[in-house]
Parts: sequence; C-alpha cells; structure tokens
Amino acid sequence: MKSTGKVTGIVSNLVTVQIDGPVAENELCFIDVEGTKLLAEVIKVNGRNASVQVFESTRGLKNGDHVEFEGRMLEATLGPGLLSSVYDGLQNDLTTMEGVFLKRGDYTDPLNHEKLWDFTPIAKPGDKVVASDWLGEVKEAWIMHKIMVPFSFKGEYTVKSIIAAGSYNIDTEIAVLTNADGEEVKVTMVQHWPVKVAVKGYKEKPRPTKIMETGVRVIDTFNPIAEGGTGFIPGPFGCGKTVLQHAIAKQGEADIIVMAACGERANEVVEIFTEFPELIDPHTGHYLMDRTTIICNTSNMPVAAREASVYTAMTICEYYRAMGLRCLLLADSTSRWAQALREMSNRMEELPGADAFPVDLSSIISNFYSRAGMVYLNNGKTGAVTVIGTVSPAGGNLKEPVTESTKKAARCFYALEQSRADQKRYPAVNPIDSYSKYLEYPEIQEYLDNVVEKGWVAKVSALKNMVRRGREAQDQINILGDDGVPMGYHETFWKSELIDFAFLQQDAFDSIDCITPLERQKYMINLILDICNRKFDFEDYEQCRGFFKDLINSLRQMNYSTFKGESFMNYLAQTEKMIQEYGN
Amino acid sequence: MATKAYQKTYTQLDAITKATVALKAQDVANDELAVVDGRLAQVVKTKGSQVTLQVFSGTEGIPTDAKVSFVGNPPVLRVSEQLSGRFFNAYGDPIDGGPQIEGEIRQVGGPSVNPYKRRQPSQLIPTGIAGIDLNNTLVSGQKIPFFADPDQPYNKVMADVALRADVDKIILGGMGLSNDDYLFYRHAFESAGAMDKIVSFVNTTEEPPVERLLIPDMALAAAEYFAVDKNEKVLVLLTDMTLYADALCIVSNRMDQIPSKDSMPGSLYSDLAKIYEKAVQLPDGGSITIIAVTTLNDGDITHAIPDNTGYITEGQLFLRADSDSGKIIIDPFRSLSRLKQLVQGKKTRDDHSQVMNAGVRLYADAQNAKTKLENGFDLSDYDERCLKFAKDYATELLSIDVNIKIDEMLDTAWKLFSRYFSPAETGIKQVFVDKYWPKA
Repeated sequence: MKSTGKVTGIVSNLVTVQIDGPVAENELCFIDVEGTKLLAEVIKVNGRNASVQVFESTRGLKNGDHVEFEGRMLEATLGPGLLSSVYDGLQNDLTTMEGVFLKRGDYTDPLNHEKLWDFTPIAKPGDKVVASDWLGEVKEAWIMHKIMVPFSFKGEYTVKSIIAAGSYNIDTEIAVLTNADGEEVKVTMVQHWPVKVAVKGYKEKPRPTKIMETGVRVIDTFNPIAEGGTGFIPGPFGCGKTVLQHAIAKQGEADIIVMAACGERANEVVEIFTEFPELIDPHTGHYLMDRTTIICNTSNMPVAAREASVYTAMTICEYYRAMGLRCLLLADSTSRWAQALREMSNRMEELPGADAFPVDLSSIISNFYSRAGMVYLNNGKTGAVTVIGTVSPAGGNLKEPVTESTKKAARCFYALEQSRADQKRYPAVNPIDSYSKYLEYPEIQEYLDNVVEKGWVAKVSALKNMVRRGREAQDQINILGDDGVPMGYHETFWKSELIDFAFLQQDAFDSIDCITPLERQKYMINLILDICNRKFDFEDYEQCRGFFKDLINSLRQMNYSTFKGESFMNYLAQTEKMIQEYGN
Repeated sequence: MATKAYQKTYTQLDAITKATVALKAQDVANDELAVVDGRLAQVVKTKGSQVTLQVFSGTEGIPTDAKVSFVGNPPVLRVSEQLSGRFFNAYGDPIDGGPQIEGEIRQVGGPSVNPYKRRQPSQLIPTGIAGIDLNNTLVSGQKIPFFADPDQPYNKVMADVALRADVDKIILGGMGLSNDDYLFYRHAFESAGAMDKIVSFVNTTEEPPVERLLIPDMALAAAEYFAVDKNEKVLVLLTDMTLYADALCIVSNRMDQIPSKDSMPGSLYSDLAKIYEKAVQLPDGGSITIIAVTTLNDGDITHAIPDNTGYITEGQLFLRADSDSGKIIIDPFRSLSRLKQLVQGKKTRDDHSQVMNAGVRLYADAQNAKTKLENGFDLSDYDERCLKFAKDYATELLSIDVNIKIDEMLDTAWKLFSRYFSPAETGIKQVFVDKYWPKA
C-alpha cells in the first residue's frame, strides 16, 4: 500500500505535503495538478510533513492537491539503446517528445521497446552468478553491450535457463535465475538503479595505473588525467571552458562518453547534436554520436532536475563500466548543480554555509567524484569511469565554495586564466597553477616510463620549471625595462614563450593541430627541450626576440602539418638551420 | 486583464511588508494573480491557509482591512497582430491612449523550448556598426547584452541596432527607463517610420520597481507569439537588466530569503537564464534574438549581475570611451560574440575572420606600445605605426557612429593595414593578401 498525502504549502518548487503513511528520504511522488502529474522527490521529513522538491513548474498548484508516493527513489533505466540518446535530467527521451515546447508532466520512455537486438548468451545453465555478472551480450553500434545480472540482486544465484542466440526486444525474458532459497527470478535486458547510489558489483577499485589520452597537449604532457581519474576545469566566462570540454569529448580515449549539460546554454547542446553525428572518433573511426549519451538539462529547464542530471549521467557511466568499458563523464557545469542545491536549501530555511551554499556542499561534491575510478570486475576484466567537471566560479574568483570543495575532491586541476584568454593563448590553462596529482603516483610514473619514455616525468617537470622561470624573468623585464636586465633574462623569457607558443597553445579549430597523439607530443617535447637546454649568443635583445619569434613560427607550422609529412620535415629542417646559426 | 469571475473576497491582512502582504485564504493556486486594494499582486508562497502575495506596485497605504480578491490565473497577455505599433505597461495594458487588444489569451512565463527541437543559429543580423558586424557578428537566435556604464549612450546604440537589423518585429522591454529615455525610444521608432513592426512594454522610473518583474515575461510572450505562431524573425530589446535584478533582490529580501553574493538572491542565475534562454532559432524559420543592456558599476564585471549574465549569454558587447579618437567604441578585447564563427566567412566574405583577427591583434600591439610609452620606454618604428593605426582603426571602424555594409568594413580594414604595415606584419594568409591587399 503506497502512502498518499495532500499539499499544505508551496514556495516556488519546494512543496510541503501532509502524509498519511511512511515515506522514505529521496522517495519519489507525483503531485496531481488538474489532471497533470508532476514528479517530485522527498528531501526532508518532519513529523507528518514531507518537504518535496518538484522537478517541474509548480504554477497553478493548490493546497489540498493530491499526492501519491511511489515507493522508489529516482532511478535510471539501463539497457541497450542508451548510446546516441538525448535525455533530460530525469532521463526522459527528448527526441520522442511532441511539440516545440516542453510540456509539464510529459514523461517519455528512455529506451525503445520495439527495437530488436542480436543477443548472444555468455552464461550457461548451472553457472553461479552474482549481481553485475555477464549473462549475454548484444551489439550496440560497435560496442558489445553486456546484459548483466541486475545490480540490485543480492547474494548468489544459479542460472536456470538462458535464451538461445537470436533477435529480441529489451523486454524479452533472456534468463531465469534461482536464488539460494530456490525462488525463480526472471531477467530481461532492462534494469533500474537509483541514481544517487553508487553501483558496486565489482571486485576491487585500485589506484589508477594508466593515462587517458585527450590529444590536448597541455593536459596529456603537463598534467595528465588517469583513466578512472578525476579532474576539474574552473574558469571565468569567455575563457574557453566549453571549447576545451568539447575537444576532450571529441578526442578522449574512451569507449563511452556521457555529457551532462547541467544548467548551461541550450545552443551549446544544439552544437553537439548538430556536429557529433557528422564527426568521426579518431581512435575507432566510428561516428562520435554512436558512443555518446547526452543528458541535457539546460539553464532554463527545471532547477531541481539539474541535480538529477549529473547523477543520471554517473549511473549510466557506472553501468557501462560494469561491462568492462572505459567511460568518460563530462559534467558542465557542477556550479549550476551546486546553485540548485543552494536554492533548495534556502527555501527550506536551512542555516547557510559560505556564500549561502548548504553546509554539506563539500561532502556532496566529494561523494559524487568518488564514484569515478578504475575497477577490476568479478571476471578479472577492467573498466573505468573518468570524470571531468567544469566549475563556473562567481566573478572568476577561485576562492569560492564550489571551486574549493571540488579542489578537495578532484585530483587534476586545470585552471583557466582570464589573462591568457585575453591574449588569445588557447587553451587558456595556466601551466603553473594547474596540477595533476597522478604525476606523483609511482604506478603512473612507471606507466609513462614504459609507454612514453624513461624519465618522462622528470622532463615534464624540467619544462614546467622553465615556464616558471620565464615568468619571473618577464616580471623583471617589465619592471626594469628591456635594457635594464642582463641578456640572460631575455633568453629565459623567450624560451618560456617558445614552450608556450609551440607546445601549450593549441588550435582547437584546426583539423591537425586540434589532436596531438602522445607519440607526437613526445617528439615535440624532446625537440623543444633540446632547444631550451642550449645556450645562445645574442648581441642584443632585439636579435634574441627576432630569433625566437622566427623559431616559434617555424615550430607552429610544424604543429599545423601532418606528423613527419613533407611540410613537417621542411619546417624541421628550417628549425634546425636556425638553431645552428646561433646555438652552441 | 482579469478573465474569470472573481472568487471570494477577503478583508483581513495578517502581515504587510513593503513588497508583500499575507492573509488567510482558501483554494489559492501558486503563481495566481490577485487584486489587493485595487493593485495587482501574485501568489509567491502558501503555507497552510496562509498565503503570501507580492504586490507589484508596492504596499504603501494598503490597510490591514484591504479588499483582496483572487483572479484565478497567472499573468496573461492577449496576443494578436494588433500588438504591432503599440505601447503597453508591465500588465499589458495600453499606455498610448489606444484601445485594448483583442486576441488569444496566453500565460506569460510559459514553458521552455525542447532543446532537441532547436536549430543551430545561422542567420546573420547586420547592424552597420563595425565594432559589432566585423569583430562580434550577431546571429539570429543569439542572446547578448551590452555591458555599459550608466553614462554611456547604450539606449541610442540599441535603438540604432534595432532599426537597422533586418528583422520582422522588434519588441522593446523597458525596465526602469527614465521618462526621457522612454520618449527617446518612442520618437526614434516613430521617426524611422517603423512603428508597424514595433511592440513596446515599458516600466519607467516613475512606476514601482517590482512591476518590472513582469516586463521580460510580457515582452517574450509577445515575441513567442510572432516567432512561433507567425514564423517571424523577432528581436527583443531588454533595458536595463540590472534594474530587473535589483527588483528581484527587493522581493527576495522582503520574503526573508538568505542573500548570496552582492546581496542578490541565490536563484539569480536561474531567474536570468529563464529570460535569456527564450532566445531561440526555431525549426520552422522563426527566431527570437535578445539584445539586452546590463549597466555596470564602474566597469566591474565581477559583480553578481554581469557575472551571472556572462555565464548565460552568448557573449557580451562592451562600450568604452576611447581617448585616442574621442569616440565611444565597441571594445574589441572585452567584447565577444560566441556565435560569430557560425556566420563569419559563411554568410560574409571569405577573408572576414582573418581580417578581424589581424585588426584586433594589431590593435593589441598598439596597446602594448602605449603602455611602453606611459612607462617611459623608447618606442620602435613598429610601435609608432601601431599607434597611428589604432587611432584610425578606432575612428573608422570601432566607433559606434559608423554605419556601413560588412564588405565596406573589410575594405576599410585592408586600407588601414596597407597604410601602416607590410603584408607579413598583418600575419594574414597569403591567398587573402593576394586577393584583397590594396594595389598602390
């Protein structure tokens, strides 16, 4: 018997409901407004009164309106067909909704129930299985989508029967399992999981051991993110957050990409739907859209569903991770989610923390990022969820609660800098302030020694140090004037400019420069480091400036050319000639 | 604008603040309108039988025994072709002495467009102002504010942009307009002979601030009628959004909400996004483009209002007084149109983006030269040429009183490049130099 209730108070999307029976924290309910049912979630219970946040506009809602509780939490629907879908924050399929405007109370099914999938069994009758073990698989685009023992199953089961290979829709009963008490349970290709609960069902979550390549030089070489790692990109508006995130989405070395557009501009999502179906994944040669799921809860869509959108995205990633796949979750922007939490906390008249955010903001954020990770599945295979979130700090000031809380939770920090953006030095990632804690991991250092070259991390830190010294030299030049400092200051400064222009800056809109594989990054780093380690004899700073400007131009032309192609080799020869003229 | 028969009347107020009243009432819907002592009010909170109403025109003189009746619906606007050429107040009532509008009743502040049904904006909106068309090209379906200090002529620039833009309808949402500015707009529209394509919703400084909260919703409801029902290209002008946000701040303060940054309500981002995200390119050809004004306090863009706006809008246009040329210019560094690459070189000449980048880069070099000069360092020959270029560039292109076609802007830029620089110094691709570099 489900509980019911009636509305007793309304402030915007916070509704108080008088309940007649038991309800659970985070339980869903439907509020009936003149025949339209609005979905809401319990966020607080006090005596006979439950406070619920409504995922829709509450216009026209009245005290006394009927409420029905659902006896479940907000769940994601998981099964074949998630990829290339476009969902709202509650996982309604936006593509199948009718009309130009979103209608209140219009909920659509996330999965297509008619479509047939070619199923191949993996498990056999008599096999002992537990939650998230693989029973069979279907081919979704080019990805082998495993049909698993639902995550919610507790204890050990025995496979009683499994359907033969063939074409079935997702509701087909593909297996019958028996539990320890001999009770039979049926399994289809669809399962449900509450989005706010982390999916376990794996054997072990070790420290990450590999790098996830993004093709973005300032990330991969300077501050790499691990496969199964966490990172975040804070930056004021206009610094290229979205361009950088789209570049990572297009080029990231992952099997599955889930993009959560959380409280951001609708036209940016339109850009994804318009471009992705045309673009090719550089790693597999398949269409990008085929490996992508978009969760889209733009800034004008209901605020409460923003929170749901990042959790729904995370749950979809965890689902694919359990199939042994490498998933990348891009959440843009987590600040909007935090603001949604602030709005609710404010309406509930809770005592505020810093900047009026709820006091548990920090723990909510770290709990979310902690769901990332590389895992060993029960069958020994590995899967990973890598998370990169963006943060939109108020006024571009990084000393604000969302940035500070995320800094505690995420292991990579990519600080976008206004002054770099103003100088059009893109990506505007500050090379000094940004960091990747993964570079300190012995596992990762060993991996880089093997995959890139021995002593790689030491080379990278040498380069970073040159950039830092270049900045110091620049400060002195600005204070004392070009003539007021020794020649060595000019050389140090221009060497750092060389690293900046020829390596850190990258043209996201150029078809070649936009993606640099690690192998090519290694080549360029060695070339640049070789130049920077030389001593040059310049007569005056004008000559130094002229030399480095020409050198930078030559190296940039290399970046724009096909690796080791004819034009690349010509510019290389030109570069070497220039160096010989002045170098020792 | 009342549409349903009045419900029961109440005559006992429990609480009065400067912006709200509270009373005990039954069967009241959220967002519903009410009339309190003859003034329009809206339900903002219910708790048990206690209902809180936001009184748009303020509560001065409202007695505790004021008559309160509920209207039965949220704010509405009557829409039809009759809206064209008319001036209305925040409630949608005519203020130009003309008759009431006949037409379909629409709720304002309605639902959002399904993002999947949107189309990528792709139509150029020419304005004749080179600081916009050349460097920060506008696209239909875009939302972009002017960031300007209160002493800058933003209302004039907005009126120029609106009257030159190739659109079917212009909707003006004036919030806290001074009476002089209101009359300026009215005169500008009338003398341009463009009245038939203009609809105006105006709240002046003489009227209560909380009324402003209705203006964007009214203006956008009218815009949606023309863009969705009639497939028209609609341009919405919202001035001044800072005063709108100030009104939000007043209401939240009166409702005892905890303020966040700069004493603004915590929901400021969502409140502003609800308005700006109405900008859309629709699948059937209609579009809504929003150009707004956000006045700044001494150029401070880190204040919560411009800061939240910048995260929502697709760029911003900065007005700045340029001391070299003595003109008001569109600042090429701080201005940005995020959608410009959707039309530059596609709907305009092929050299557009290269010319734009070269111009801005050389102008930046001129700024560096200026800093050197101010710090007492010697200038090189290149520095000297940059400074001369900057002055001409500001006068002939960046100034807001320029009014020329885009091809002419490009030609002017080439002329200035060739006047002061060699082709290599501009860094423009050789193919374009061959094609467009002025022959001596």
